[in-house]
Amino acid sequence: MSVQALTLTLRLAVLVSLILMAIGLPMGYWLAISRRRWKFVIEAIVALPIVLPPTVLGFYVLVAIGPLSPVGRWYHAITGGSLAFTFRGLVVGSVLYSLPFAVQPIAAAFSSVDQTLLHASATLGASRWRTFWRIVFPLGIPGVLTGFVLSFAHTLGEFGVVLMIGGNIPGATQTVSIWIYDQVQSLDYASANQMAGLLLLVCFVILIALYGLRRNRKWGAWGWQ
Amino acid sequence: MAKSAWGLPLILLLATVGTTVAGAQQITVAAAADLNYALTELANRFEHDTGSKVTLSFGSSGNLYSQIVTGAPFDLFFSADEAYPQRLVADGVAEAKSLRTYAFGHLVLWVPNRSSLDLEKLQMQTLTHPSVTRIAIANPQYAPYGRAAMAAIDHYGLKERVAGKLVFGESVSQAAQFVQSGNAQAGLIALSLAKSPAMAETGRYWEVPADAYPGLRQAAVILAASKQKKTAAAFLDFVVSAEGATVLQQFGLTPPMHP
Repeated sequence: MSVQALTLTLRLAVLVSLILMAIGLPMGYWLAISRRRWKFVIEAIVALPIVLPPTVLGFYVLVAIGPLSPVGRWYHAITGGSLAFTFRGLVVGSVLYSLPFAVQPIAAAFSSVDQTLLHASATLGASRWRTFWRIVFPLGIPGVLTGFVLSFAHTLGEFGVVLMIGGNIPGATQTVSIWIYDQVQSLDYASANQMAGLLLLVCFVILIALYGLRRNRKWGAWGWQ
Repeated sequence: MAKSAWGLPLILLLATVGTTVAGAQQITVAAAADLNYALTELANRFEHDTGSKVTLSFGSSGNLYSQIVTGAPFDLFFSADEAYPQRLVADGVAEAKSLRTYAFGHLVLWVPNRSSLDLEKLQMQTLTHPSVTRIAIANPQYAPYGRAAMAAIDHYGLKERVAGKLVFGESVSQAAQFVQSGNAQAGLIALSLAKSPAMAETGRYWEVPADAYPGLRQAAVILAASKQKKTAAAFLDFVVSAEGATVLQQFGLTPPMHP
């Protein structure tokens, strides 16, 4: 059991889910209310990480943060370092990888909010900002929570992207899934089993909690099946 | 309706089974990542000469070993060391009398062409140069070239100084990719990969002296569960033949001395 890998993974998952909330709330809201014709293009882009192999995403992230790309050079100019093989690099990769798991439930929950409430709010003179925080957000909380939990769990279980951009450094980029892979490769099945069992349990409990809550009437409007 | 819906998949399934049976002269070979180019070339020649089909599957030797132990359907295993094949024999899943050394591997220090580091002058001290912040090696837990790299680092007494710079590839190929893409500034990789076209064009290397690490004696073995032992033996014979040795040499692998 590697406590280091475990805390690193938890830190990554919490950080990524928080960042995804910051991105997912405005993005989900926009997807819910926008009437732009090309909205479907954005929806398709958001959904891409679901169907893309992690190696495709990992490959492009690795190239993008590499010293030959504009992004990599720009980052180097600012920080003097590189994103490859760093914890920050993993955060970037994971945010991209888990994006749909945060945005989709949020957008679905927001769009299921009764439109007449929004109109009423506007008629009563509330700003869009106020309408969002007083009506849309409270009614969409189940979807927001789903988005948070799913992006957390999805980041916990990330493997391919981390394998490609991480470099397997203990304490920096060696997540639990990579650590398990290493134990299996070096035939330490007992250690692998301990950690894999723990991860299985954690993910199961998370999903049990999520599905259990969904049964509750109060949490009616789930934007996720 | 249900019948017609199943018709096509069934035909496809039967067709697949059919081709497998018809192409009986087919072997699946597990091979260490450092053989990526050399063995592909050898397999092509063998296929051309004999009409048999060779399917190659590359990975770190430890990775392949654990796959084989858990029943992966390979006929032949080319390791980057001799310990894994020996263990397979001891485990009873490989044929003891087929075990054979086919080459000696070499470790090199590789940097991209755009690097200004003078390898001939700095040699192993390249790793401690301030401009080198990341050094790619294969994972020593299960890749023989990773172990050789660690041994060489230790040999030069650089362990403490480079410990924070090391990044670990899942195989020696991934370590090579890390440094070739420029994400690491230097790498300790296999000479056989440094001699591949993609790596040769984009970088240069310094060969780590053989006394700095335990010899990479690379051995192959035929697996007990193989149903194509004849073809597997023929391919292994071809790899250690004079023609095979020439190809291995082109890729920087030293064939064992013929008595």
